[in-house]
Amino acid sequence: MIEAAQKVLTDQSLVAAFALIGAVMLVSYFISKHLTFGRIHGSAIAIMIGLVLAYVGGVVTGGNKGIADVSLFSGIGLMGGAMLRDFAIVATAFEVNVVEARKAGLLGIVALAIGTVLPFVIGALAAVAFGYTDAVSITTIGAGAVTYIVGPVTGAALGAESPVIALSIATGVLKAVLVMICTPFVAPLIGLNNPRSAMAYGGLMGTVSGVTAGLAATDPRLVPYGALTATFHTGLGCLVAPSVFYLAVRAMVGG
Amino acid sequence: MTIYGVALLAACTLLGAYLGELLGMTLGVKANVGGVGIAMIMLIAVRWWLSRKGVLSHGMKFGVEFWAMMYIPIVVAMAAQQNVVVAVKGGPMVAVAAVVTVALCFACVALLGKLWPPEKPSVTPAEGLVIAGDPDFAAKNARSQT
Repeated sequence: MIEAAQKVLTDQSLVAAFALIGAVMLVSYFISKHLTFGRIHGSAIAIMIGLVLAYVGGVVTGGNKGIADVSLFSGIGLMGGAMLRDFAIVATAFEVNVVEARKAGLLGIVALAIGTVLPFVIGALAAVAFGYTDAVSITTIGAGAVTYIVGPVTGAALGAESPVIALSIATGVLKAVLVMICTPFVAPLIGLNNPRSAMAYGGLMGTVSGVTAGLAATDPRLVPYGALTATFHTGLGCLVAPSVFYLAVRAMVGG
Repeated sequence: MTIYGVALLAACTLLGAYLGELLGMTLGVKANVGGVGIAMIMLIAVRWWLSRKGVLSHGMKFGVEFWAMMYIPIVVAMAAQQNVVVAVKGGPMVAVAAVVTVALCFACVALLGKLWPPEKPSVTPAEGLVIAGDPDFAAKNARSQT
């Protein structure tokens, strides 16, 4: 009997994922409504449950794809993978108010610039503070603070050591997780309640997963605006981190 | 027809991703530069063009909006496959770098919001609720607003 269930769940993994995520959403909205009295958004709770599942999956399997590494839940990997994620993000653009998006264009560009330079500088300073002295390692860890994709791309381009690349990925992933969790709580304090601040937020935070999950948990209407700028962030980071930033770091620390 | 909407969305996503790849190659970067953003801009443009021509049918809209509604569950699935173990076990340097970065970036959002204050409250409550994934709620809300 269990074998038959296992067979169905693995054969139809994407369908199983729909059912599982649906159940998670149901539980989350129930908790939101009855335990927090709507103070914490249901999607924020769902994302936190997702992260807990990811942690459990990682501990159980020792893999790096959270719950998706458990074969019964492999459909989660497809459902939450880059393909469907990007497809759904693009769909949210259907609701974008063009006038607003255009008005915030310059703001978005400024935010992108700051959002690339600032995390890199902080990451690089943290690397120096924790004893790294070579330009390649400092640049790679700094790039990881931009996003968890910029980190390994930069590290691979510069020939960084594998533990350093792992640290830069960890920095980027932790950043994404923090953005997901903190955004709904910080949003009222930083005025994140309109399309232009969402575009500034997207450019500054950068991590597409963090930004879109954070906004979804704050106010789903803001998702497309944040995504619009955030999607340029990783590309920009991959462009400048292994080139301009590396040369700047090398000029400062030598070698 | 609904499939027209889904196909339009797919075409925009693919073309955007392709242009993002080309942009990346041109710039000599091993990454897709703004592919999703380009796709979003194309979808906005096509929507504008179709509705001006008066051929944006209900079914077509539904084909796109369904995926916009599935957005949050997809993000939850995405959260469930993050490498949280690595993030938690990264050690003090990772924690310092990530926490300080996120804190300062939040501060910058506040700062930029102050420097570029919105002229008027912008999103009207009735629009954009489809992304919340609950059209019933959206419809109810829109009615109560009017």
